[in-house]
Amino acid sequence: MNPLHAFLTVSAILFAIGFAGVVTRRNAIVVLMGIELMLNAANLNFIAFWKYGAVPNVDGYIFVLFSIAIAAAESAVGLALVILIYRHFKSANLDDANRLRG
Amino acid sequence: MPLSFYILAAVTVISALAAMSLRNLVHCALCLALSFLGMAGLFLHMNAGFVAFAQILVYVGAVAILIVFAILLTRSAEPARSPRASSLAFSIPLALVVGAILINAISSTNLPFSANPANAPTVRELGHALMTTHVIPLEVIGLLLTVALLGAIVIALPEQTSSAQKGAVKS
Repeated sequence: MNPLHAFLTVSAILFAIGFAGVVTRRNAIVVLMGIELMLNAANLNFIAFWKYGAVPNVDGYIFVLFSIAIAAAESAVGLALVILIYRHFKSANLDDANRLRG
Repeated sequence: MPLSFYILAAVTVISALAAMSLRNLVHCALCLALSFLGMAGLFLHMNAGFVAFAQILVYVGAVAILIVFAILLTRSAEPARSPRASSLAFSIPLALVVGAILINAISSTNLPFSANPANAPTVRELGHALMTTHVIPLEVIGLLLTVALLGAIVIALPEQTSSAQKGAVKS
């Protein structure tokens, strides 16, 4: 098996698992965990293409560093929002935060 | 592929599955940290040492601890209510279809593959690239991190404190 295909397959499986968590679970924290898993799967793709891609280039490597920084900022703001939702609705369950539902 | 790849991939995928399916949220967070560690191992497997250690520092060190604190503060450590059967019946096939489409697209594509894999850049080369070619994205990331830090503090500020501050400003 081609190493590039092997890493991309692992990354696709991780993305699908994270996606399943996001659409299945109702706790906001687990939804954020699923988003982090999907971001990590994307990082794995970047590194795999940097390592085995046809064009030798260091850009994929640097993009992952930026991506990790963005994911850290995203999780900090996301968890602050979860804490605010918990304080407001007395629950971290996404089904309880339905005030905008039409 | 060597055996170490399969072990690391199995650890990553199984702990990710556990993180998304366990009932107790603390167990979910610990399995997620294990999955991040496995991913760092996969990065090391591709000789990307700097990214692997950044992954361990940021994800295993910071994000996992942040998630544990959020679980603590929202008191959701007790097992959650199970999802409704109707939502499961819709979302599990949806995720399976997404995964099947991705894997099918990957395996049916003839990816251009370089015979000699790239060498890992040294920290000196990385710093040079960050401070010359990618200096504007670097500055934007610094600004974004500052704004996100301030925003997280402002969002999570208790409401009593903000009204007390308003009262202080008025008086």
